[in-house]
Amino acid sequence: MPPSLIEYLPILVFGAIAAVISIAFVGGSLLVARQKPYAEKLSAYECGFEPFDDARRRFDVRFYLVAILFIIFDLEVAFLFPWAVGLAKIGVFGFLSMMGFLAVLTVGFIYEWRKGALEWE
Amino acid sequence: MEAFFATGFGHLVLVLLQTLALLIPLLIGVAYLTYAERKVLAAIQLRKGPNVVGPFGLAQPFADALKMLMKETIIPTGANRLLFLMAPMLTFSLAVLAWAVIPVNEGWAIADINVGVLYLFAISSLGVYGIIIAGWASNSKYAFLGALRSAAQMVSYEISMGFVIVTVLVCVGSLNLTDIVLAQRHVWFCLPLFPMFIIFFISTLAETNRSPFDLPEGESEIVAGFFVEYSAMSFALFFLGEYANMILMSAMTTILFLGGWLAPFGIEPFTWVPGPIWFILKICFCLFIFLWVRATFPRYRYDQLMRLGWKVFLPFSMIWLVLTAGVLMIFGWLPGAGT
Repeated sequence: MPPSLIEYLPILVFGAIAAVISIAFVGGSLLVARQKPYAEKLSAYECGFEPFDDARRRFDVRFYLVAILFIIFDLEVAFLFPWAVGLAKIGVFGFLSMMGFLAVLTVGFIYEWRKGALEWE
Repeated sequence: MEAFFATGFGHLVLVLLQTLALLIPLLIGVAYLTYAERKVLAAIQLRKGPNVVGPFGLAQPFADALKMLMKETIIPTGANRLLFLMAPMLTFSLAVLAWAVIPVNEGWAIADINVGVLYLFAISSLGVYGIIIAGWASNSKYAFLGALRSAAQMVSYEISMGFVIVTVLVCVGSLNLTDIVLAQRHVWFCLPLFPMFIIFFISTLAETNRSPFDLPEGESEIVAGFFVEYSAMSFALFFLGEYANMILMSAMTTILFLGGWLAPFGIEPFTWVPGPIWFILKICFCLFIFLWVRATFPRYRYDQLMRLGWKVFLPFSMIWLVLTAGVLMIFGWLPGAGT
């Protein structure tokens, strides 16, 4: 293993332990508790009557919109991370370049705001 | 002993021991957070709270855990069995996994990686998957709607959280969590970056689906949201994951804004108390505010929630980031600018 990756070994150990704990919890409950399933108990909850149809149906397009906007802004944040760390080295030019980038994004943000993409009624 | 820990296998054993030394107190902490929540809410509402099981009800969390263990695990007929069982495990594992990089004291981080903040940000983003998978795999309308709401809410507030973190990074010049804490030796970031501290704290409330942003589980509208169909230990894992996430977010607030393990003002009587105690005290303080907020504020409406995230926090944190970076740039206060 390259030495730069050895720092990440504990994360692997953490993941393994977390997986073991969670599987042990659920598995232990499955083993210990008395399981007595029947059709009514196993049907999806819907206020006391049989579920009408499949739950995976159409949903509001706004959720897609939020997801798309999230991608744009989260990428922007990801782009800002190295900029913030290296700001002292890249100097005024680096600072102004990022301001230009943010300005372009702000124009897009204002557009989507005016278009009503952020409205929920 | 030293020689053994220097070998490859010895190193693994050492890491394993360190991990357990952090995880066991953490899990006990999670258990007692549920107890503390009930006690604090009770005190605020002039009730007594749990006081039957054990002295002052202190054995209550373990009684609850035992009860959960003895319950039947119900897997609905329409559900994807594998995904259904996997979702709570994923939520819980991610909440635990993030703790690998948290520095409890100087040099006490188990994995002191140089991109600590990025790692925390990434892991907390992955938390959405547990919820989406749970909502989808349940094949129940309430669960589905709850998962959609929850996902949209979490991603919305993650952006402003990202901007806040970047603002702190501009002041520190490093992604390492230990460096971030050490940069606060003279002044904790909650003072110069006070508005960002508030935004970050409110975003963590939304990120952990806590009230007043607990719409995903708004019981008056969608019963319990994405975990309606869960029972027994798989429900308990969601519960544990949520509370572990609360502690994690408090730890993040502590590291980014409240000076981590550093004693307040760095002066005499305070510095006698060891660092980890300060760290835990600060986390407890944040957690108390979590509970206090829950007891005080009514639930938000969904459109208000989205408006706050996108139209208030996002522009505000962006402007504040530009301001902070600009001020540091103009006055030459950037970290490492002299070298």
